[in-house]
Amino acid sequence: MVGALNAALRDCLREDPAVHVLGEDVGALGGVFRVTDGLAAEFGSARCLDTPLAEAGILGTAIGMAMYGLRPVVEMQFDAFAFPAFEQLVSHVAKMRNRTGGRVGLPITIRVPYGGGVGGVEHHSDSSEAYYAHTPGLHVVTPATVADGYGLLRAAIASDDPVVFLEPKRLYWSSDPADAEAPASRAPAAGAPAAGLSASGAGPGTGRGAREGVAPIGRAVVRRAGTSATLITYGPSLPICLAAAQAAKADGLDLAVVDLRSLVPFDDETVCAAVRATGRAVVVHEASGFGGVGAEIAARVGERCFHHLAAPVLRVTGYDIPYPPPMLEKHHLPSVDRVLDAVARLQWEQ
Amino acid sequence: MTLVDHSTSPDLVGPPHSHGPRRDAAPLLPDPEPVRVLGTEAAAAFDPELARDLHRRLVLARRFNQQATTLTRQGRLAVYPASTGQEACQVGAAMVLRPQDWLFPSYRDTLAVVARGVRPIDALTLMRGHAHCGYDPYEHRIAPLSTPLATQAAHAVGLAHAARLRAAEDPARDERLVALALVGDGATSEGDFHEALNFAAVLGAPVVFLVQNNGYAISVPLARQCAAPTLAHKAVGYGMVGRLVDGNDALAVHQVLSDAVEHARSGRGPVLVEAITYRLDAHTNADDATRYRSAGEVEAWRARDPLTLLDAHLRARGLLDDAGAAELARAAEELAGRIRAEFEAAPEPDPATLFAHVYAEPTSQLRAQAAELSARLAAEAAEDPDGDPYHLDGDGFDADALTADGRGTEGLGGAA
Repeated sequence: MVGALNAALRDCLREDPAVHVLGEDVGALGGVFRVTDGLAAEFGSARCLDTPLAEAGILGTAIGMAMYGLRPVVEMQFDAFAFPAFEQLVSHVAKMRNRTGGRVGLPITIRVPYGGGVGGVEHHSDSSEAYYAHTPGLHVVTPATVADGYGLLRAAIASDDPVVFLEPKRLYWSSDPADAEAPASRAPAAGAPAAGLSASGAGPGTGRGAREGVAPIGRAVVRRAGTSATLITYGPSLPICLAAAQAAKADGLDLAVVDLRSLVPFDDETVCAAVRATGRAVVVHEASGFGGVGAEIAARVGERCFHHLAAPVLRVTGYDIPYPPPMLEKHHLPSVDRVLDAVARLQWEQ
Repeated sequence: MTLVDHSTSPDLVGPPHSHGPRRDAAPLLPDPEPVRVLGTEAAAAFDPELARDLHRRLVLARRFNQQATTLTRQGRLAVYPASTGQEACQVGAAMVLRPQDWLFPSYRDTLAVVARGVRPIDALTLMRGHAHCGYDPYEHRIAPLSTPLATQAAHAVGLAHAARLRAAEDPARDERLVALALVGDGATSEGDFHEALNFAAVLGAPVVFLVQNNGYAISVPLARQCAAPTLAHKAVGYGMVGRLVDGNDALAVHQVLSDAVEHARSGRGPVLVEAITYRLDAHTNADDATRYRSAGEVEAWRARDPLTLLDAHLRARGLLDDAGAAELARAAEELAGRIRAEFEAAPEPDPATLFAHVYAEPTSQLRAQAAELSARLAAEAAEDPDGDPYHLDGDGFDADALTADGRGTEGLGGAA
């Protein structure tokens, strides 16, 4: 996925002089995850700017840049390192359009590597999506496939609203399986050179998004059709759910898997259709469960699909604990077994 | 036991290698005493017309503060953080800017916003509680009044930096703009203040930071806020010029701010200006200043009222007489009357502004919530037509209007 994200940034920088990348170590180093690799060399240090080490300053500066008509793309180095910028995000980025009566929009993309499963030490594995999703005025998206890594980042940068773009760290080195149902099929495999990407042409889709390799913000996608129960997930937990669906076949269960992609705006339509089709649902994410995105999803599904449900909506999430040390994180993260256990508890006996 | 006798051993390694250019700190240091014009020899040389202009604006500014405070007592403003006593800074900040420049005010700077040309009613919508920002930031080149302290200072840096980037790409578009950020002494303790100054200096952004040091962060005196020699000295730590000025000397404020703005405009980097002033009123109408400062202290500062100081100067130089003062007083009353009339004529806040402009395009969820509110308001209006403040006549809103562009600005009063 790193290659796809890099290609998206490169293409945006090429196409729109208003796009500027800024953050810590994004220049010569290419970012600690190499997502901005080569951008400073190609576009110059002004358009791929190494900033002082201060996240509130980075985002505050990006706000001013956006007010002058630029499209800043900010990199927060890690999930927990984005917290110093929280006030700028919540009090200004999220509210500026509303508080100015629509006169000042802030087209800022805030890239945040998030989540665990990569052996990171303390403060390197947080799942912070609920904080952002709870804040009106922000879009919150997270790709789970390489194709969406490219397509969603293109869409985020093109958006006239601020977008928190959550990058699942453990999928940085992933590639899409050949049979993946990738809506933005133009995007490259991880590590593909940008030239190859640009030459790869339009995918099979006929819509504008598919042609331009842009995945629409606000649309979930069904990654796997199924008839028995529906797994609803996003970002780092998608591969877990797809593996669980594969494993469930042995038990004669045919699980559908919905990849939300966009937490805000939330795609009630796709999610509810997928739940009504099976009558059973499990929400899976690695963030702590209490007050989490899964709680919102369970409530929304309950409110809209009550008469279609054969069982309560269940959640498989991280425990309500501070993120554990890396040698213990496997117990905290949703696993195939935990997902299958939840599926087994969906009141099949009735 | 001493293993190495340093008194005789040669310096084998020399001083540490420098990680960057070393700069001489001396040119960045503020003067030991605040810059003053009034009461000094420089006063006689000061442009008399500019002095009269400043005085006129100070008189109007003082009346604005008084009128706004009165409106608070009448319940027409939810709150008003008065800048009484700080008018020289407020007026000076607005006057030194050119049309292409940007102002980034904080919540106590309503007066500076008005001084730059915003209608009082529009500048006060935040304090009225009708809308968060009643003026068009792009029309006036004034950012919304910022309540979170010092956060807007970073925005000033980003905007000024972006202007220079654009100018570098296309010199024909070089506006040579300067961004002026206003903060108080309390805000200098915030991390965002530090980060903004550091970014400005590192980027070489054309920004002037004006700290109105009125001695108190609500109730906490500066000595409990900061141990630096002066707030202006903080500039040196960032590698920018620091200036210290008597904030109640309108001529000095104008001169120092003008110099700072032109310094930044000429590409020589940001400037930090500390203006020493005093808030003669309480923090807001909800504050009781007698709990943390003495009457004697306030009276001592009242003797240094910026208006009194400038008034005396003009009269001594024969630039103001009783007839001129009476004419100014009439102009001030006219301003106060206009503010009251604007408040009389101002419409009620429009619920349509609630859902408008959360996003460029409202989400389906927001459309549904807008429709829900519309239906509820319509039902209430149908039950009690006399109590229908929005003149719905039982019909409700077009739900789309609650989220659509045109409708959302009507209640702000500044769209026309």
